[in-house]
Amino acid sequence: MSSASLASSAASDTPTYYDDLIKKFVIAAAFWGLAGFLAGDLIAWQLAFPVLNLDLEWTTFGRLRPLHTSAVIFAFGGNILIGSSLYVVQRTCRASLFGGAGLGNFIFWGYQLFIVLAATGYLLGITQGKEYAEPEWYVDLWLTVIWVLYLVQFGGTIVKRSEPHIYVANWFFLAFIITVAMLHLGNNATVPTLFFGGEFTKSYIVWAGVQDAMTQWWYGHNAVGFFLTAGFLGMMYYFVPKQAERPVYSYRLSVIHFWALTFLYIWAGPHHLHYTALPDWVQTLGMTFSVMLWMPSWGGMINGVMTLSGAWHKLRTDPVLRFMVASVGFYGMSTFEGPLMSVKAVNSLSHYTDWTVGHVHAGALGWNALISFGVMYFLVPVLWNRERLYSLRLVNTHFWVSTIGIVLYIASMWVSGIMQGLMWRTYDSLGFLQYSFIETVEAMHPYYIIRATGGLLFIIGAVIMIYNLWRTARGDIRDEAPIGLDTQSAAAE
Amino acid sequence: MANIERDEVSGTDTTGHEWDGLKELNTPLPRWWLWTFYATIIYAVGAWVVYPSWPTLTTYWKGTSGYSSRVDLTNDLAAQTQERSVWTKKFAALPITEIAQDRNLQEVAMAGGKVIFADNCAPCHGSSGTGAPGYPVLADDDWLWGGSLEEIETTVRYGIRGAHDDTRVSEMPAFGDDYLTAAQIKSVAGHVLSLSGQGASSAEGAEVFENECAACHGEKGEGGRDFGAPKLNDGLWLYSSAGDDLIAQISKPKHGVMPTWEGRLDDVSIKQVSIYVHALGGGE
Repeated sequence: MSSASLASSAASDTPTYYDDLIKKFVIAAAFWGLAGFLAGDLIAWQLAFPVLNLDLEWTTFGRLRPLHTSAVIFAFGGNILIGSSLYVVQRTCRASLFGGAGLGNFIFWGYQLFIVLAATGYLLGITQGKEYAEPEWYVDLWLTVIWVLYLVQFGGTIVKRSEPHIYVANWFFLAFIITVAMLHLGNNATVPTLFFGGEFTKSYIVWAGVQDAMTQWWYGHNAVGFFLTAGFLGMMYYFVPKQAERPVYSYRLSVIHFWALTFLYIWAGPHHLHYTALPDWVQTLGMTFSVMLWMPSWGGMINGVMTLSGAWHKLRTDPVLRFMVASVGFYGMSTFEGPLMSVKAVNSLSHYTDWTVGHVHAGALGWNALISFGVMYFLVPVLWNRERLYSLRLVNTHFWVSTIGIVLYIASMWVSGIMQGLMWRTYDSLGFLQYSFIETVEAMHPYYIIRATGGLLFIIGAVIMIYNLWRTARGDIRDEAPIGLDTQSAAAE
Repeated sequence: MANIERDEVSGTDTTGHEWDGLKELNTPLPRWWLWTFYATIIYAVGAWVVYPSWPTLTTYWKGTSGYSSRVDLTNDLAAQTQERSVWTKKFAALPITEIAQDRNLQEVAMAGGKVIFADNCAPCHGSSGTGAPGYPVLADDDWLWGGSLEEIETTVRYGIRGAHDDTRVSEMPAFGDDYLTAAQIKSVAGHVLSLSGQGASSAEGAEVFENECAACHGEKGEGGRDFGAPKLNDGLWLYSSAGDDLIAQISKPKHGVMPTWEGRLDDVSIKQVSIYVHALGGGE
């Protein structure tokens, strides 16, 4: 039993919480997060300066890009999701983890093995070539084993709960776990060539043509919907009211927006395939379901932001809460932008441009990463049983550095993407396309530099966080003036 | 079990449940949220009526508008073809020299050729025909296979060492393969450099050049367009004259390939881009 769980056993009816396991997930999230951000910024600089591909097959954009996306989504996001969900489910069910620390540790190390197998495969050129589903069949099978065990541990804990009702955060976590399992199996239905005398590391999908494309984006879009939205909303529903010390704004809204979100999201994938070989009727359904998704998504934002009613003043003194609220703001922005971009008239301009890249990063950096940072700042003092964070001022610095980085990223991609889309469709007076492709690439160069600079700020912020968390875990407390009490001196700094 | 309390800040009741100290207010759905949600549903239903949408077992609802993106595209392309036929017909019917003499057609060719060039030719030849080692400069008057409109058109259409029966073909022999000694190659390289005023020649170099090179490259290295043999007396180099590069090229020559564009570009586009290249600065 860890010291943290001893401390939380003060109430006699409190079961043992397996917090040492959660610590591992938090450390892994910090490690993979930094690795994923570095890979992302490197490829951002590669786009501005192709010489940085180094002329080596292992370091080219094509191999590092899936390394970046998998590292940030599945390694950083996955570790903080699994870790925080196992933290939350124990406490909101008032039950220790089903399967105990043994099962939890197997899931932890198994998941890290999945990450390493996937990442090393990318660098060696082993890939299914499906976006966000690049790992080959043997890695997919291993992840399936781990994911089912995760479902067993999480679901089993809910089943053995001492609370009569299931807390809203757990609805979202459960929707995330079950749907991701379904998506993973559907989009990785492959036949290894090994059975036909081919290579071990190669497989082919059983779906053909446009059906394969549709399956891929059914997967791809709902990976965003259930991994990066539902799962992270689960985090939001526990940690925002905890940090704000206020009740959740509306139970009724949480019920309606949960079911509306889970029902509507699963239909929205076709908006990734507008104006392609996908039949028009599928495109119409994809567009309309995406538009209907707007308010169900915003239900989460309303519940997140309005939970601060009566606690707004805390934003002045609590930069951790600021991280969480800013993340919900970015969530609201990108879940408005998403339905907008799914409208075919808008999509005909935005599709295949940097606007899409900017949109994804508004969600990924603004929503997923900022709330993860907030949760990590919350968890480390609790898990390591420390009085408070090493330095709230460093949290504040991290907040501003990373927010400025995000704004540079998103704004430069808006300009670059819309410019790119307009250049592609501009005709001259004689009816010829005005710009060649290479001219559009040249025009984007300055925005690529701005974007990569924004990414660099984001990395600096993450390094500040890791330092702060490390000092916190060691038990250090920085001698500093409190934030916000004297606004003059805070502004001066 | 339920323990409903009133929240002092909002005046709203909780649901009466508690998890790890967390409670929930029983606030009704925000009206603006609900009405906006309804509005998006009405929009969706409207779109389903107007556009192709729900599938049945055998077909799908075609929509009251009869919209089809495939038909739209076909119509757009037909309209564009119709609009362009004013001049595409002339491009197809006339030889390239006559097209270039017609001011209006020349203007069209330059506008279209610029885009065709940038998307297809610029990756090797540079965005304004500035060339690169192994890829000839197109903006000067140093032509390998000829710089007239017809000659350029032939090169573009069939390529060089390309995949067409009429492609331009020639290959400089590999003189290093037991044909000339290393010393002979070194001295002939010196002679080649001397043709453009770099360094001095030698008797041996001049003799080897006379016997082995002059047939294609000319007595004074003035080049031979029948064979695509580069001029050697102008100080412009397809590859490089630096260090051992010239010796390497004589010993084991590189032979670049220009693709056959017939079949990849249509006839009208080939004529347009040929006129554009001709006008880059070196057309004859």
